[in-house]
Amino acid sequence: MPPTNSDESRDLAFQEAIDADRTVEPRDWMPERYRSTMVRQIAQHAHSEIIGMQPEGNWITRAPSLRRKAILLAKVQDEAGHGLYLYAAAETLGVERRELTELLITGRQKYSSIFNYPTLTWADVGAIGWLVDGAAITNQLALTKTSYGPYARAMVRICREESFHQRQGFELLSELSRGTAAQHEMAQDAVNRWWWPALMMFGPPDTESPNTAQSMAWKIKRVSNDDLRQRFVDMTVPQAQALALDLPDPQLRWNDARDHYDFGPIDWEEFRQVVSGHGACNAQRIAVRRAADEDGAWVREAARAWEGRQSSRTSAA
Amino acid sequence: MTAGVAGLWVVDLREVALGLGDDCLVLSHRLAEWTTHAPELEEEMALANLALDLLGQARSLLTLAGEADGRDEDHLAYWRDDRDFHNLLLVEQPNGDFAVTMTRQLLFSTFQELLYRGMAAGTEPRLAAIAAKGVMEARYHVEHARLWVQRLGGGTEESHRRMCRALDLLWPYTRELFEPTESWSRAADQGAVPPLSSLEEPWRHSIESLLADSDLEIPGFPAWQSGGRLGRHSEHLGHLLAEMQHLHRSHPNASW
Amino acid sequence: MGGPAEQPDFRSVSHAEDWPLWEVFLRGRRGLSHQHVGSLHAPDPELALQNARDLYTRRGEGVSIWVVRSTEVHASDPDDQGPLFDPPSDKAYRHPTFYSVPEDLQL
Ligand SMILES: [Fe+2]
Ligand SMILES: [Fe+2]
Repeated sequence: MPPTNSDESRDLAFQEAIDADRTVEPRDWMPERYRSTMVRQIAQHAHSEIIGMQPEGNWITRAPSLRRKAILLAKVQDEAGHGLYLYAAAETLGVERRELTELLITGRQKYSSIFNYPTLTWADVGAIGWLVDGAAITNQLALTKTSYGPYARAMVRICREESFHQRQGFELLSELSRGTAAQHEMAQDAVNRWWWPALMMFGPPDTESPNTAQSMAWKIKRVSNDDLRQRFVDMTVPQAQALALDLPDPQLRWNDARDHYDFGPIDWEEFRQVVSGHGACNAQRIAVRRAADEDGAWVREAARAWEGRQSSRTSAA
Repeated sequence: MTAGVAGLWVVDLREVALGLGDDCLVLSHRLAEWTTHAPELEEEMALANLALDLLGQARSLLTLAGEADGRDEDHLAYWRDDRDFHNLLLVEQPNGDFAVTMTRQLLFSTFQELLYRGMAAGTEPRLAAIAAKGVMEARYHVEHARLWVQRLGGGTEESHRRMCRALDLLWPYTRELFEPTESWSRAADQGAVPPLSSLEEPWRHSIESLLADSDLEIPGFPAWQSGGRLGRHSEHLGHLLAEMQHLHRSHPNASW
Repeated sequence: MGGPAEQPDFRSVSHAEDWPLWEVFLRGRRGLSHQHVGSLHAPDPELALQNARDLYTRRGEGVSIWVVRSTEVHASDPDDQGPLFDPPSDKAYRHPTFYSVPEDLQL
């Protein structure tokens, strides 16, 4: 449909409402591009939570103490919950979880690339909690003020739970770092492998991030990629010192003039490789998700069939 | 031998707590294996909750079991070989499909709820306290398993077929639930735990009525299996323990 | 969280293979009313209640749960509120802050 005057005035009114910090709610009128951007962003976020269960889930059955096993199980369960909150938020925009699941398992919709790295040792569980959940919180705190109401509310709930995730990761690493020599080495190795991918989680630099301007105007995104990344680095460096672990960046140092830490260049070529499907675990992560979906089909179908029979029995009675 | 607080022999208390603790530990591990494979995300949450409840119970029971000789929960979980595990054969059986997992849960949790009810009213205060908390959780596990057995039994042709197979597969392990060890019998004489024979009738009744409602029935002529409580396990347990214990044992004296 | 149920707009047809959507309402503690907390998928009311317990009360957040099929929630049209996005500000007398009372008075 060609844009008409009334479309333009609606667009204008919409932008004014956003500028006035008015939250957008599901049944409000919204520009189609806002809706589709929102659906894509929430869906990718939901997929990330669900795929993100795999790298850590990999260690549940091998957790080295019962206390750690309980914590990890609860944490991975939380991530499933986050995925559920987010799929529900996406569904308020008129899509169904089934469609989004299809998009995920057919590789047509993306999730955070960080989860395409393998968890090689127990320390990776700690590094993920500390760095990956830490980066996620930085991102998600900014999103609690996003313009779309259901998404913002899901973020509030999620952030409350994420702080437990980051703490348990920090505590796990701190135990390893202060433990035996082998444990310390394991912790350092994990941090070496997860630090740069964690920095990439904030996305490409602002200069190369085409959607940022519109997303900022719509208040879908509240803080730019580079600003969030800087915020994360500034927060994390002192934590690494407290852990007695090194961050693998020789250029990392405090800059008095900027009042921030400087850090070295990010290997964006690696990022592009992983995003485009060449990470160590891309195929595996999707295969697991697809298998769960396919293996569960008969269960979901049985429950539907049973319900159908119950309702027809009640209506016949 | 020394007598416990309520006159229960320490060695009997330890064995009772160890057997029940191992049931919870092993079944919790099996349920945790479902992580990222559940048939729907909502069920992912439910299976993790079952696993977490059982892990919590395992930790309390193993802590109690290790008290007498100063071994903590981790020592008991990670440093015993399968011949020293005292769990029921039922709980170590592999997950199979969702029908097997829910059937195993139904058979075990129905038993556990009845057992905890008796133990919560028993004469050994620490066992009673663990059971009083556990009974609420077991109640929920039973409820969840019943809903699913009903739906799978009366769902589609395929789900019905899978349920029949699950019952055939697991029923042989149910007689062991009601076979007391010597320690159990002495503990029951002291009133610390219910006699297992007293649980069999209500257990069977509860299961039978659900199966009848779900177009299912108890399999005939099962080849009974038992021995788990005495450390004679199926081949499956060794693999489960190898995975569970490997990291902990690779770093002796480390803390986590 | 609060406000009316966040229901999808119903442009998309329900997929036959998907479980239906339910809205979940929680009573946080006695003395409070049920509040909308989110939604989930379940094949029937009994499993919807169990799923709601597993999803929304993991940290002891509720004492009572309601689940309602999302299709059973009838919502007002936001466009009926008058001009788009105009806050309904014409009945200020409904709000307690409309009335000035002496500051030292507890009212
Ligand atoms: Fe999360
Ligand atoms: Fe997390």
